[in-house]
Amino acid sequence: MSNQNLFELNQVAKRFTKGKETISIFQDLNMQIKDGDFLAIMGPSGSGKTTLLNLLGGVDQPTEGQITFDGQRIDNLSESQLAKWRANNIGFIFQFYNLMPMLNAARNVELPLLLTNLSRSERQKQVKIALELVGLSDRADHMPSEMSGGQQQRVAIARAVVSDPKFLLCDEPTGDLDRQTADEILQTLQLLNEKFGKTIVMVTHDPSAAKFAKQTVHLNKGEFVKAEELSA
Amino acid sequence: MSNLMSQSTAVIVMNIRSLPRRLWMSLAMVFASAVVVAILLAFLAMAKGFEATMQSAGSDDVAFFMRTGSAAELNSSASREQVNLIENAPGILKDEQGPLVSPELYVIVDGVKKSTQQEANIPLRGLSQRGVDMRNGFTLTAGRMFTPGTDELIVGAGILREFDGFDLGQEIRFGKYTWKVVGVFSTGGNVFESELWADAKVIQNLYNRGSSYQTVRARIGSSDDLTAINEYLESEPRLTHEVQTESAYFATQGKSLEYMAIFGWVISSIMALGALAGALNTMYTSVSDRSMEIATLRAIGFSSLSAFIGTMVEAMTLAVIGSLVGALAAFIFFDGMNASTLGGSFTQVVFSFQLTSELFIQGITLALIIGFVSGFFPAWRAARVPVIVAFQSAR
Ligand SMILES: Nc1ncnc2c1ncn2[C@@H]1O[C@H](COP(=O)(O)OP(=O)(O)OP(=O)(O)O)[C@@H](O)[C@H]1O
Ligand SMILES: [Mg+2]
Repeated sequence: MSNQNLFELNQVAKRFTKGKETISIFQDLNMQIKDGDFLAIMGPSGSGKTTLLNLLGGVDQPTEGQITFDGQRIDNLSESQLAKWRANNIGFIFQFYNLMPMLNAARNVELPLLLTNLSRSERQKQVKIALELVGLSDRADHMPSEMSGGQQQRVAIARAVVSDPKFLLCDEPTGDLDRQTADEILQTLQLLNEKFGKTIVMVTHDPSAAKFAKQTVHLNKGEFVKAEELSA
Repeated sequence: MSNLMSQSTAVIVMNIRSLPRRLWMSLAMVFASAVVVAILLAFLAMAKGFEATMQSAGSDDVAFFMRTGSAAELNSSASREQVNLIENAPGILKDEQGPLVSPELYVIVDGVKKSTQQEANIPLRGLSQRGVDMRNGFTLTAGRMFTPGTDELIVGAGILREFDGFDLGQEIRFGKYTWKVVGVFSTGGNVFESELWADAKVIQNLYNRGSSYQTVRARIGSSDDLTAINEYLESEPRLTHEVQTESAYFATQGKSLEYMAIFGWVISSIMALGALAGALNTMYTSVSDRSMEIATLRAIGFSSLSAFIGTMVEAMTLAVIGSLVGALAAFIFFDGMNASTLGGSFTQVVFSFQLTSELFIQGITLALIIGFVSGFFPAWRAARVPVIVAFQSAR
C-alpha cells in the first residue's frame, strides 16, 4: 500500500439546472483520497454527499474542475468510456442493496464478471470466493427475497468486490439495517480495507458507523468542515 | 463483442424473469397482438381459400372460349354454328368421335343456404360427357351420372354441404321444372363443386335456348396452341369469341376476393395501431418498473446498449408470442372453415379458408412490426436511464 493519492479533485464545481433555476452543490472543491484509505463522509441531508459519491464513481460528471483517478482524468470521459472505467475500477454498495430480485445470490454476484472475458467456470470460481468472503457460501442459490437485509447487503458487497476493483463506494450501506447487522457489515468493509487493500469511501448519517472508518470528513452545504464547527 | 453478447443475454434473461411483476400488462400486450394477427389471418385465409378454389379448377390444356367482352360465363353466348366453327380451329385435339370440344350452358337457379336459410344463386351447368371428362379430378362420390335427355342432375359436393334439399334421390324444383338428384360429384375441392350439372340439351330445351350454348371448352396440347387459335378467331368473321386457357380464366376469377386480403390488412393495421398504443404503454411501464435495476447494472458497468437490446427483445418476444397464439387461434378456428360467397358470375362459390405458411409469415411480420415499434421508444428511454437513479432512495 503506497501513500499515493488514488483520487484527486481539483477545483471541482457541480451545478444542477432545472428549468431556469441553477442549484450549486459544490464550488471550488478540492479533495484527495489516498490509496488504502477508508473514508467516511458525514453531513446533513442535502449537503451533497451522494452527489460527491456519484462524481467519484463516474456516475455523474462535474460542471467544472478535474477529477483524476490513479493519475488518469475521468471528468472528460464519454458515457461509454465511463461505463468501462466503472467496470474495471469501482465497486458500488447501495443503501437498498439493489440486488436483481429475479436472480439468486450467485447470479447477482456474477453480474460484474459478465463484463470480463472470464470463462463460465472461472466466473463461478470467483463468485464462490466472493461469497465465502462475506460468509454466505451456503446461500449461493437463495433468492434475494429469501434473505434478510443484512444478508442481501453481504451479497451486494460480494458483487462489489468480485471483479477485484481498487475502490469501493458505499452510500449509506447500513442505513436500512439494525445496529448489530450494521456492525457486521461494517466489519466486513473494514476487513476488505485492511486485509485486501480496498480503498473505501462510505457515506453515512450514523456516527457509530463512521467509527469503523480510518477517518471521517463532514460535508456541509457543499464544503468540508471540521466536526466541531458542524455541531455548533 | 462477446462481452456485449453476455451483457445483453443477462439483461434479456432478467427482463423475461421480471415479467411476472407486470403479468397482466404483458398478457394484455400478448392478447392484443394475438387478436390483430388472428384477424389478419382470417381475412387472408379467406382470400387465399377462395383463390385456391378458383385456381385449382382451371387446366392449362383446356382452351376456354367466351364471347368477347363477357367477364364471366353467365354473360357469354355461342350459337351452334359458332360451336361448329370452333371445333374446326387449329390445335384442338381429336379422338375417334371427333374434336374434344365441350359446348356448355350456364344458368342460375335458386338454392337455400343451410347456414342462413336464405336463397342464393347456384349455377346449373349444362354439359355432356365430353365436358365432364375435361374436368381434372372428377369423381362420382355417390349415385350415378345423369342420363342424357332426362331431367336428372348431379350435385357438386360443395352445394350438397352448404345448401338444403340436394340429397341423393331427392327431387328439386327450379321454377316450373322438377329435377331429380341422381349423383354427387367431387372435383377435389375446386369451384366446380359449387355447381349442379345436367344434360346440355335438356337445359337448352327447358330454358328456351334453342340450339345455342354459352361457353366452349376445348382440349389442346398446350397453351402454345393458343396463338394459332387466336389467329383463326381473328380471321373468321362469324366468330366473336376470345380464347384463353381455362387456368388463366379462373386465375382472374380468383382475384375477385383479393380485396378481402386488402381489407384484412386495413382492418388489422387499424387494430394494430390500437395494440401498439397498449404495447407502448406496457413497455414504458416495463422500463420504469425496471429503472432501478437498469441503473444498477449501468453503475456496475453494463452498457446502455444492453439496456436497449434487453427492452427490444422483451417487446419483440411478447409480440411474437402473441402472434403465435393468434396464428394458432386462426388455425384452429378458421383453417378449413367452409364458407360461400358470391363469385364473379353472381353465383355462390363454396370454398374453405386456407392458412398457408406464407400467410403465417405475414401475420408474424405484422407482430414483429408491433413489437419493434412498441419496443423501440421505451428501449431508447431504457438506454437513457440516468445511472444516479441507482442511488436514489425514493423507491
Ligand atoms: N439530479 C439532480 N437534479 C437536481 N438537483 C439535484 C440532483 N441530485 C441532487 N440534487 C440536489 O443536490 C443537493 C444535494 O443532494 P445529495 O443527494 O447529494 O444530498 P445528500 O447529502 O446525499 O443527502 P441525503 O443525506 O438526504 O442523501 C440536494 O439539494 C438535491 O436536491
Ligand atoms: Mg444521499
